[in-house]
Amino acid sequence: MKILVCIKQVPDMESHFRPNGSATWFDESDLAFRMNEYDEYAVEEAVRLKEQLGGEPEITVLSIGPDRVIEAIKKALAIGCDRAVHILEPEVASREPWQIASIIAAYARDKQFDLLFTGMQSQDRGSAQVGVLVAELLGIPSTTTLVGFAWADGVVTATRELEGGVKSKVRLKTPALVTCQLGLNSPRYPTLPNIMKARKKEITMLQAGELSSEKPLTGSAAFRHPEKRGSGVVLEGSVDELVEKVLVILKDKTAVLR
Amino acid sequence: MKLLLVGEYREGRLLDTTAELLGFAAAIGGEASLFLVGSAEAVPAFSGSLYLADAKVYGEYNPEVHKQLLLKAVQEENPDLVVFVHSSYGWDLAPRVAASLKLAQVSEVIGFAGNAYEVGCCNAKMHRNVTPSTSKAVITIQAGAFPALQAEGSPSVKVLSTDAASTTEFMGYEPAEARDVNLAKAEIVVSAGRGIGKKENIEVVRSLAKAFGGELGASRPVVDAGWIDHGHQVGSTGQTVTPKLYVACGISGSIQHLAGMKKSGFILAINKDKNAPIGEVADVLVVADVLQFVPALTAKLS
Repeated sequence: MKILVCIKQVPDMESHFRPNGSATWFDESDLAFRMNEYDEYAVEEAVRLKEQLGGEPEITVLSIGPDRVIEAIKKALAIGCDRAVHILEPEVASREPWQIASIIAAYARDKQFDLLFTGMQSQDRGSAQVGVLVAELLGIPSTTTLVGFAWADGVVTATRELEGGVKSKVRLKTPALVTCQLGLNSPRYPTLPNIMKARKKEITMLQAGELSSEKPLTGSAAFRHPEKRGSGVVLEGSVDELVEKVLVILKDKTAVLR
Repeated sequence: MKLLLVGEYREGRLLDTTAELLGFAAAIGGEASLFLVGSAEAVPAFSGSLYLADAKVYGEYNPEVHKQLLLKAVQEENPDLVVFVHSSYGWDLAPRVAASLKLAQVSEVIGFAGNAYEVGCCNAKMHRNVTPSTSKAVITIQAGAFPALQAEGSPSVKVLSTDAASTTEFMGYEPAEARDVNLAKAEIVVSAGRGIGKKENIEVVRSLAKAFGGELGASRPVVDAGWIDHGHQVGSTGQTVTPKLYVACGISGSIQHLAGMKKSGFILAINKDKNAPIGEVADVLVVADVLQFVPALTAKLS
């Protein structure tokens, strides 16, 4: 069995974001990057399947971006992926979902992967498009927002998270692609011995432009802090002052304090 | 502009979000038609064309079959914009249709100006405008971003059919887990977010909830981390709450969380980041360390 896991490297969401020069996206300087949280569940689920099958499946992890994405790739290798593909794209920030999906599909097309795992969305762009687009471009079935996954005899049984706590159960034959929701599993931390072992694993480098030259279907502008919509007040100061102020406001504006 | 709205129907019922699609259509203006895999017996009120496929024949959501049905409606209607709700149905189906037609897709739209669509990014901390470069486009709108519209009239029904083969087998639904905590009825809800740092600190927030005489809620990351059970989760995949007072402790305010609590009577948020998106809905945002402020407030209340 051959498995592909697609991961993205995103900034730490606790960061302070500033627009880049053209305000199409954020300025990358001073940002710390990490693996997209949704993708951590995708990596973990693939590794669990490999373990369930006695180590037989070969897991390839793929990431698109500049050299910094090697860090996310190394983490996935340390968690248990077997080999990696780094698709070099220095301008990844200006590549939108259609282009990213086209690059991944071009790479995967002749590789006969049985299963493809992605996160259901990225924390930064959050389009929730790339996984499904890859499956559509490859002409294979896919399902999204997994909170449960099982594989047996070439059939995936997936539990999808719908709204209000309701879930649905679906079955699809491999080859197939699934997108992973938060809470699907408990992603493990890489151990030191596995980090050392991962250093010997193969990382293939490819150029994005050699895989796909699709033009963008959307443009991005006016990256900004949201306009303040509410009439809320922001309170700053010492904790004692803040507590006093809050109690006054709650007594004044709500009926819950007597 | 011609719009094709993609309504949602589940287990014999038209979902409420369909009215938000009509609200969006009214806001942006233009001629709206509706696509629905539903029932001729529960046709929504509005005036326009209704492209209807029978849910009894085509079953619950099936990606390939619904895609083929929708592509037929698109072919007949030739809309400028195909509009979904950004839901487990919309975000699953929209990219399939966009890929088939090679159209731009803009996800989770919250506003528009001309043909630029406003969307959130970076966990809703930032916004940006996305403009399709194709002449026609597919969008999904954020649930709750556009007011629901109870339209009038009766649509002219055009029946759709397909013999598309299914690639995904629907097995059934699992109902929401029974809850031992009824947050929906609580007058005061005090919720813990990832900003509390670790599982043990749930108790700090629980003490404040007790001091207020309220119930303890939580954001999704706290539940996913196993710090508290799912029964406490507030948000679009947990419970929707409308208490008189909602206190958000260390919750940055993802869209999913805001959807579940923004209609609360009064919202007090405590966060060390004054730019956290929770500030968009909070009546008061206290910029402080949760672990210092919350115990101090609890002490004053007790």
